[in-house]
Amino acid sequence: MNIDKRFIHYLCQLKYTFIASVMLTLLCSVVIVAQAALLSRVINAVFLEKNDLATVAPLLQLFAALALLRALTFFGSREGANKIAATVKDDLRHKLLSHLFRLGPTYARSQQTGELKNTLMAGVDALDAYVSDYLPQLLIAFFVPLLILIFVFPVDLSSGFILLLTAPLMPFFMILIGDIAQHRSQQQWTLLSRMSAHFLDLLQGLTTLKIFGRSKEQVEKIRSITDEFRTTTMKVLRIAFLSALVLEMLATISTAIVAVQLGLRLLYGRIAFERALFVLLLAPEFYQPLRQLGARFHAGMHGFVAVKRIFAILATPPQVARGLLPARPFSALSFQHVSFTHAGRETPALRDIQFTIARGEHIALVGPSGAGKTTLISLLLRFLDPGSGTIAVDGQSLVEIDAEEWRQQIAWVPQGPFLFHKTIAENLRIARENARPQELIAAATRAHIHDFFSSLPKGYDTVIGERGARLSGGQAQRLALARAFLKDAALIILDEPTAHLDDESERHICDSVAELTADKTVITIAHRLQTVEGADRIVVLNEGSIVDIGRHAELAERCSLYATLLHSMERAR
Amino acid sequence: MKRTDEQEGSLKRTFLHLVKLARPYKWQILLATCLGFLTVGSGVGLMMTSAYLIARAALRPSIAALQVAITGVRFFGISRGLFRYLERLVAHDVTFKLLAQLRVWFYRAIEPLAPAGLARYKSGDLLSRIMADIHTLENFYLRVFAPPAVAILTSILMWFLFGLFSWIFSVILLCSMLLAAVGLPLLTWALCRGMGTRLVQLESELSVLAVESLQGMAELLAFNQETAHIAQFARLNSELTGLQRRRARILAAHESLGGLLMNVAVLAIFFAAVPQVTVGWLDGVYLALLALGTMAAFEVMAPLPLAVVHLEESLAAAQRLFDITTEQVVVEPTAGPAVSSFDIAFRQVNFTYEPDEAKVLRNFDLDIPFGSKIVIHGPSGIGKTTIASLLMRFWAPQSGEIAIGGVPLEHFPRQVLSEMISYVPQNPYLFSATIRENLLLARPDATEDDLAAACQKAQIDDFVRALPDGFDTWIGEHGLRLSGGERQRLAMARGLLKEAPIYIFDEPVANVDEGRAEKMMQFLMGLEKTVILIMHDAAHATTAQQIEHDVWV
Repeated sequence: MNIDKRFIHYLCQLKYTFIASVMLTLLCSVVIVAQAALLSRVINAVFLEKNDLATVAPLLQLFAALALLRALTFFGSREGANKIAATVKDDLRHKLLSHLFRLGPTYARSQQTGELKNTLMAGVDALDAYVSDYLPQLLIAFFVPLLILIFVFPVDLSSGFILLLTAPLMPFFMILIGDIAQHRSQQQWTLLSRMSAHFLDLLQGLTTLKIFGRSKEQVEKIRSITDEFRTTTMKVLRIAFLSALVLEMLATISTAIVAVQLGLRLLYGRIAFERALFVLLLAPEFYQPLRQLGARFHAGMHGFVAVKRIFAILATPPQVARGLLPARPFSALSFQHVSFTHAGRETPALRDIQFTIARGEHIALVGPSGAGKTTLISLLLRFLDPGSGTIAVDGQSLVEIDAEEWRQQIAWVPQGPFLFHKTIAENLRIARENARPQELIAAATRAHIHDFFSSLPKGYDTVIGERGARLSGGQAQRLALARAFLKDAALIILDEPTAHLDDESERHICDSVAELTADKTVITIAHRLQTVEGADRIVVLNEGSIVDIGRHAELAERCSLYATLLHSMERAR
Repeated sequence: MKRTDEQEGSLKRTFLHLVKLARPYKWQILLATCLGFLTVGSGVGLMMTSAYLIARAALRPSIAALQVAITGVRFFGISRGLFRYLERLVAHDVTFKLLAQLRVWFYRAIEPLAPAGLARYKSGDLLSRIMADIHTLENFYLRVFAPPAVAILTSILMWFLFGLFSWIFSVILLCSMLLAAVGLPLLTWALCRGMGTRLVQLESELSVLAVESLQGMAELLAFNQETAHIAQFARLNSELTGLQRRRARILAAHESLGGLLMNVAVLAIFFAAVPQVTVGWLDGVYLALLALGTMAAFEVMAPLPLAVVHLEESLAAAQRLFDITTEQVVVEPTAGPAVSSFDIAFRQVNFTYEPDEAKVLRNFDLDIPFGSKIVIHGPSGIGKTTIASLLMRFWAPQSGEIAIGGVPLEHFPRQVLSEMISYVPQNPYLFSATIRENLLLARPDATEDDLAAACQKAQIDDFVRALPDGFDTWIGEHGLRLSGGERQRLAMARGLLKEAPIYIFDEPVANVDEGRAEKMMQFLMGLEKTVILIMHDAAHATTAQQIEHDVWV
């Protein structure tokens, strides 16, 4: 019946609103029954008993009062359902994004951004109809017919039996088609997500497609994927509409049976007109909730598929422990038998890493690409926690330390910094939210980028494009350095800070880095000779393992891999 | 919420524009309308015949007298279900066809704008336009055309049906139906003003935040921005859900009032009909029929509240689409002029990215004869990449002329231009696809050998060979499953696979080790093509003509 246990458990916090909403719907049904009774009495009184308007006027007044009550109860029940939907959407979307942050960048990279975005936005929106229409309807479809039966049985036994016997046909039929329908809905959801991911990739890569003169032919691809989505959607809808048709037919035929047997019995004087009319008025009301359940079945399935995906993400355990201990300034950081294997990979990215970083030490990490340098840094930044072994901070396992507080002690300069589609000032302020303009300028000056920023007509208020579209690679890196200056942290992690830059920029950056790292603990993924020469110790990594550790001169003598790496650094200079 | 006439006017224009887009489907929409009318008509027929059946039977006539009514009940009972089924099928089919077509149309419209015309839009925002905004239009096409038309047709039908008994019943029903079909929607529209626009806006802002969260997560975490970022997301989300709830409340109120109006109509019919029965003008047997007919006629009102409530949102969403597509119109030459050579010439070119910014190029002159090997170098930020962007016509210079073979660039269709130049930017974009699919972009008909040869030239063949799935390895979103150097070399392979007379490579050996770099340079220098290299460090390109940055500064 399209119910996810985890979700129902989650909804328990809203059970009172839920019950109130369903109770109001039941009350509304009682009013409808009363109105039917009044209506048949009035018609009977005028038509057969030949009463005039004055006699029936009080009945009509009562009818009017009931109409008002009916409108109020209907509104109240919708109000309750809407409250539940709003609360759920408000809460779950927030929870989902928070959880994604806890899963970290490694998880986000392993997924398609467009798909995750689709789950966050359209997925949570799909819960609206599911929570406010489908779930209450499940209860209403059971209780309202029951309620009507209670009123019909005393009035006319045989009509009551007809209703009672035909009603179970409807749920039976719905269960029958449920499986196919759910399969198709799943398919539709997958396609929608795929379409979203495809479009994002397409939009972000549009320039590249243009370079290759391939952007126009994407039209065909879009046409085929949207057409596929359309056909799948129509398949789902066709099932939904067909089931609605069958339910409607069942309801109509049953109503017709009731009507015809009532008519025949009236003909032979076996039932009073008023009673017959009352039952006839109620027969459609009896089937209505079941039919509506059929109509909402589609929304139900759509929401159910979204619920499954949302709770699957929420159930993914975070790769990083939350940690409760406060982070304090440390004097030593040591890797103790640390190994790590990325999810879905067989070979470990790091195996049995052992070394210690003392406060104030400058460590250089070198190794061919794929050696595990980036993974090691992800562990230090707490984007990941070790699979086995421990990173100890003054003897305290890093896992137990509050990740957020720990990161406050680190300034990270990544290789390709992510720049937000905001102003330069806002991009800098992510390092320190309330930095004053002078502080921004000071940091930018130390990163040798102030001159460029101030040469722009809007200066620090210039909006830089997504992924820093308006900045060159060197400028983006200097902006990242300026962020690090602003943050002023004790531990600095640099990732190839001077790759592919011109001589002048490189000289500037070298000066900046020297200034930034003085008196700090520094870990650098090094590609430059100057960096390794200046490092206190160099860690040589290959295929996830430490090959050697030592000073530049020692390693150059005894480590052949280091010698090879050194060779290309020297030549690059 | 206050709104100016201008906004009102633009909403109207958007409405007409949307209607125009639906024109090719007018027959299907008409069919859906007819089917919708037949559905409601059958509903009215069913209720009226069954009420008549019961009332007539109470007078105990012969069974033959009931035969017509019994047949009517059967017929209308079955036809209502069938018509409703067909109506939903036709209406949804045409709507989804329209939406699919709109997505293609939107892509077609924005494709010529990239990259300069789209630079100010975030990709999360564009994504939400092509996905969410177009999805929103479902409500427009499904509910704005057919249901009001059905309501009008039904009102006319009821006018005649009730007029058979007395004109006063017709007047009562028409008045109450008018109130429900026009009065209430106007009230709802007034209450919902401004909401739809804000909803669409919020939806897009949230999308942008979501995409930024996912793609910039490492930075956000490293700088402890996650709490602030999540809080901002939560705040906007609360506003969105709050607004959606307010709208749902208006919707519920509209539906309740609609139901109340139906009851009022039934009461009014009684007050008019009962005295007529008493004085004998109306046969009492029709009393039930009139009451039930009134109820059935109000069935047409059911889809109206949703249509009204979603109308502004649909229009606002559509406006966001038209904003991009109609503001800037790019006219492209259709046929390319014949080119006798591939000599490139920059003549007195002036260029700035923004009108009020300092010039990146000032009276810039440069000749690159076909076959020359050129290295453009200089410090970062000086405009080296700009030269490539201008040659690709991503941007157009404010003055001066850039020509290939003597023909100004703007005379070439985009396709011809991209066939002449193979360009690998400094941060090349890789698609979330396999290595093969990324490479084939450059030449769809390339053979396995072509791919291998290109990879060898870009010094990435050994890496690809070592992969278990080889060319069929999925490289992740933005190619993030590869290292920076591998991404760069794969992009180089893609650029080299393309057979163009002019090659432009931005920092081709920046992430490549010494041995590979030397081999690659040797290969590039030996090509019988124009090769333009943009490099900060010209050490490798000793044989090439060097262009110092002071040429244009």
